[in-house]
Amino acid sequence: MDWPALAISLTLAAWTTIILIPLGIIVARIIAWRRFIAKSLVEALIALPLVLPPTVLGYYLLTSFSKHSPLGSMYHAVFSQSLAFSFEGLLLASLVFNIPFAIQPMQRAFEALPGEIREAAWCSGMSRWRTFFSIELPMVWTGILTAAVLTFAHTLGEFGVVLMVGGNIPGETKTIAISIYDRVQAFDDQQAATMSALLLMFSFIAIGTIYFLNDRFKRR
Amino acid sequence: MTDSNGDDTGGVTVHLRQGAPIPLDVSFDCHRGELLALVGPSGSGKSTVLRCIAGLNTPAEGRVACDGVEWLNTERGLNRPPQKRSIGIVFQHYALFPHLSALDNVTAAMQHLPSSQQKFRASQLMRTVNLEGLEMRRPHQLSGGQQQRVALARALAREPGILLLDEPFSSVDQTTRRKLQRELAALRSRMAHPIILVTHDVEEACMLADRICILHHGRGLQIGSPKEILNQPRHKLAAHLVGLTNVFKGEVIEHQAEGNVTRLRWLDYELEARYCPSFRTGQAVHWVIPPRYILLHQRVRPSRGERENPVHGAIEELVVLGETASVTLAIDNREDMPMSFNLPLHVVERNRLNAGDNVSVSLRGEGIHLMPPDQGDVEP
Repeated sequence: MDWPALAISLTLAAWTTIILIPLGIIVARIIAWRRFIAKSLVEALIALPLVLPPTVLGYYLLTSFSKHSPLGSMYHAVFSQSLAFSFEGLLLASLVFNIPFAIQPMQRAFEALPGEIREAAWCSGMSRWRTFFSIELPMVWTGILTAAVLTFAHTLGEFGVVLMVGGNIPGETKTIAISIYDRVQAFDDQQAATMSALLLMFSFIAIGTIYFLNDRFKRR
Repeated sequence: MTDSNGDDTGGVTVHLRQGAPIPLDVSFDCHRGELLALVGPSGSGKSTVLRCIAGLNTPAEGRVACDGVEWLNTERGLNRPPQKRSIGIVFQHYALFPHLSALDNVTAAMQHLPSSQQKFRASQLMRTVNLEGLEMRRPHQLSGGQQQRVALARALAREPGILLLDEPFSSVDQTTRRKLQRELAALRSRMAHPIILVTHDVEEACMLADRICILHHGRGLQIGSPKEILNQPRHKLAAHLVGLTNVFKGEVIEHQAEGNVTRLRWLDYELEARYCPSFRTGQAVHWVIPPRYILLHQRVRPSRGERENPVHGAIEELVVLGETASVTLAIDNREDMPMSFNLPLHVVERNRLNAGDNVSVSLRGEGIHLMPPDQGDVEP
């Protein structure tokens, strides 16, 4: 069992979820309720990581992390270190490839919330902030939970992008998915089997929980 | 009816105008303790008017004031959000907060009260709308009628200056609707709120409202008491919208002030109508007669009343609806002159009426109402 790799995977997944969900709530709410010209374009961009080969995504991320690109050079100027092959770079990549998993479930949840309910809240004297926290959030919480669990589980399992962007630096960017690949390459079947079983179990429990909760919520 | 200054201190005054997206041109007021019904077919803009009062829509031009406080004045660029308007609104599908109990739905609208008083006031309101014992139920555990009552309690919870009801009886069954209507009528006697009720149901409006405003394509056609609306429509379109179908073209012969009658030529008949000197002698007019002013001449036993405006025709259609029969006569056997009225079923049976029979009826003069000839023709 590669404990450091598991720790990195869990840390990465936690940070990705913590950063992406609040941002995603704002974006999902806007896309669900506002009408703007480039809406389809924005939705297509959000969905893009679903269909793009991870290596392609990884390639572009790596290019933008280089010291010759605006993003890479800016990061280097501020933190005097490279984004590529660092945990921070990996986190940034993870945020990008999880965008559809975070936003789409929440967007559906906001779309399903009748506009009349918000209007009823305003007409009851509730401010827009209060309406958001007391009415909207409690009504879309399964969407938020689904987004969080999907983002977390998907980060644990991502392989291609992580390999491209993070390299394979033990203790820094070597995640559990990559460790499994390493173990298989080294014919260490027992380690590979243990870790695979762990990921399988976690993913199944995570997805199962979502379906269970969504079903219960629907029947209420 | 509409206060010209619009600055009446009690109740609400509303002036709205816009060309698009939904055309609006309507002015009315609603006093304390009064129930005003906005009536019109779907798409007539009545819900939009209500939303403009609530602050959910903003008209191109308009002024809305309640108890002397301006909520909307497009000239001055004033437009208060719904939170800053003293309104209580019941939506057509109630829009209850599904994750909150009935009681919490009501307390949610009590931002103005300290939390220590909210529960107490909300329980009182639950009692007012006959929902005692159901405080802890979630909306999905309540029947349609109970949900409507929660919505009503929530609307009252803000202690609003005006109560707005958007088709509140349309999503429940007939029995529940009658019950809720009775409850609203009873509730009115205990509170002084002005109430604006939006409905497409003329009958419902006549039953509940003190005054009715008829809307068509966003335009206010006529405002008046249910009696006025039903018996004295301003023009053919207003008659059409309240379901008066007996509209015909005639010509004024003369006015007789002493007999309180205006004589009218129609086909080969001379009719005595309610005195209405505002029309010139010789002027072409529309006239309308509500069905209840049409009396059948008994075939077996003629009586004295038959001298009043007798007209003759063949029964074109006789449809029995429960204990009532809906009869359509082709006057003078002309199919383009259909006149409809209702008869109790026993009258139909006693007179052995059948489709195709020739009968005579009297048109009671006090029910004949004259209207200008062209204005308000049904638009395409």
